[in-house]
Amino acid sequence: MQSVTPASLIITEEASRTRIQCSGAWTIEHLLSVSDQLETLNPRSNILWDLSGISAIDSSGVALWQLMCRTFTQQGYICETIGEGEEHSRLFRLLYSKPPQEAPLPSSLSWLYQLGSETHRTFLGIVNFLSFLGEAFVLLFYTLKHPSLIRYRSIGAHIVETGARALPIIAISSFLIGVVVAYQSVVQLQKFGADIFIVDMIGISLTRELAPLITAIVVAGRSGSAFTAQIGAMKMTQEIDAMKTMGFDPFIFLVWPRVLALMIIMPLLIFFADMVGIFGGMVIAQVHSNLSFAEFINRLQGALTLKHYLIGIIKGPFFAFLIAFVSTYRGFQVSMNTESIGRYTTKSVVNAIFLVIACDAIFSVLLTELKL
Amino acid sequence: MKHSIIEVRDVVTVFGDNLIHDHVSCTVRQNEIYALLGGSGSGKSTLMREMILLERPQSGTIHVLGHDLSSLTPLEAAGLRRSWGVLFQSGALYSSLTVGENIALLYNEYTDLSPKLVDELIQLKINLVGLPPHAKHLYPSQLSGGMVKRAALARALALDPKLLFLDEPTSGLDPLSSRQFDILIEQLRDLLGLTIIMVTHDLDTIHHIVDRFTLLGEKKAIAEGSLEEVLAVDHPIVDYFFQKGSYGITC
Repeated sequence: MQSVTPASLIITEEASRTRIQCSGAWTIEHLLSVSDQLETLNPRSNILWDLSGISAIDSSGVALWQLMCRTFTQQGYICETIGEGEEHSRLFRLLYSKPPQEAPLPSSLSWLYQLGSETHRTFLGIVNFLSFLGEAFVLLFYTLKHPSLIRYRSIGAHIVETGARALPIIAISSFLIGVVVAYQSVVQLQKFGADIFIVDMIGISLTRELAPLITAIVVAGRSGSAFTAQIGAMKMTQEIDAMKTMGFDPFIFLVWPRVLALMIIMPLLIFFADMVGIFGGMVIAQVHSNLSFAEFINRLQGALTLKHYLIGIIKGPFFAFLIAFVSTYRGFQVSMNTESIGRYTTKSVVNAIFLVIACDAIFSVLLTELKL
Repeated sequence: MKHSIIEVRDVVTVFGDNLIHDHVSCTVRQNEIYALLGGSGSGKSTLMREMILLERPQSGTIHVLGHDLSSLTPLEAAGLRRSWGVLFQSGALYSSLTVGENIALLYNEYTDLSPKLVDELIQLKINLVGLPPHAKHLYPSQLSGGMVKRAALARALALDPKLLFLDEPTSGLDPLSSRQFDILIEQLRDLLGLTIIMVTHDLDTIHHIVDRFTLLGEKKAIAEGSLEEVLAVDHPIVDYFFQKGSYGITC
């Protein structure tokens, strides 16, 4: 690139006016010093712009000149311009064909209004979710009456995707949870010489609480977000509208296959997490307390009654139902802009994990009251 | 003859097993409105993406503003990217920012101009492309299709580029808006001295504002030149495109 003289100014105070002599290239890269100089200028008389020295000008140069003219005029000085080049006046005519108008920022609303509208929106959200659930169930009963409408193939595909493909991550997470629980408890139990109770500790806490919860959290993060993103993307590309016009109901084709697949696979995933988690505990018991695998399993048969295991497994379909419904619902809420897909995916995972934990708490309270 | 701004020589592009361009050449001269025309899948968008450094051809050279695109230093590439503006087909406005912020982004990243001046410039650009002043505070999702294109054009013009690339500027607009957009583009060329390269298959645009164009088809550049020059070429794709003999454009 050839070298360009940056924009510069010479300001001279004449008898009755301030003369601003401009020269150099008034283009965007070379404008900085001039704009600083003009911002700090405090004229004491009328202004005469002499633009004859300007070698090149672009829209930022014109904008600066006009902006300063307006500022000076507001301060009560008259601006005159001489020596405008042909390029200069052409640009000016193009850019200032309409007088510049300030667009006021949309006024912000009072906090009371915001509180009200936020509450209303939250309430509407709940109503919408309930009507979503309602519509889904109407269609479920309809498909049960016409079993040929059930999408077995789609359910199978989702079982593979959300179940089989999730095994590695669930294995790692539950193994580590087993290790952590064993580590924490073995230290305490050794103080009493009650090492053997590690088996009870691991067996009951994992099967009843930890394995279902960890599985649900992994599934919410992995499959829940995927459901929202898949359906959201379909919404954005109008695939959902296309399905509706062809008479393919989105609930039958998209929602129920996902919900059912997850409800079928979740108890199996929890069972798998139980096994791997207990194995993790077994390894630590072996290393730390010299409790052999055979002894551990022998003890486990006595300590772990069937009800703990069953309670853990029963939670599976409930968690799956919540995760799948929230994430598909959020998917349908995605609007036509790209930003919303990310926002609703985040919301879907946060909601799903919250609902899973809330549901788990309800289970705990209920089962304790029932003395189970 | 005006000197050439873009020179494409013997470009070969292959995606996987799919040959897109088989020795395509074309030349864009200064201050003209140049179009890349062709059917779907003829590689016209790809050719433009190669000009703006989004794709690389397998062989052949592309010179833009005197720089050979295959041997650019990162610094030269950055300089080159500042000297053009690109209008994407769908606008590609950043959806988390308002129209004003979309334009301001370029000023804030590349210049140290004062906020007041940046504000003035945003107003000017919005005014220039014919958007109402309040559009500045709207988000892209609140705009209609035509307004998105205008806002994206305002963003493309932010740094006063010498070169403007337009990817299907009139697609998705109604005929009236399309013609208004054409007129706007022509005005910008005349008044700002821009060189404009566009991908289009809008024959009205070709007829009204395009100076010269290349017709792509069968992986090659079939014809290059003004409308009269291209129509004089005897080739089935030319006949097909301009529906010679039946109706459509006659000279």
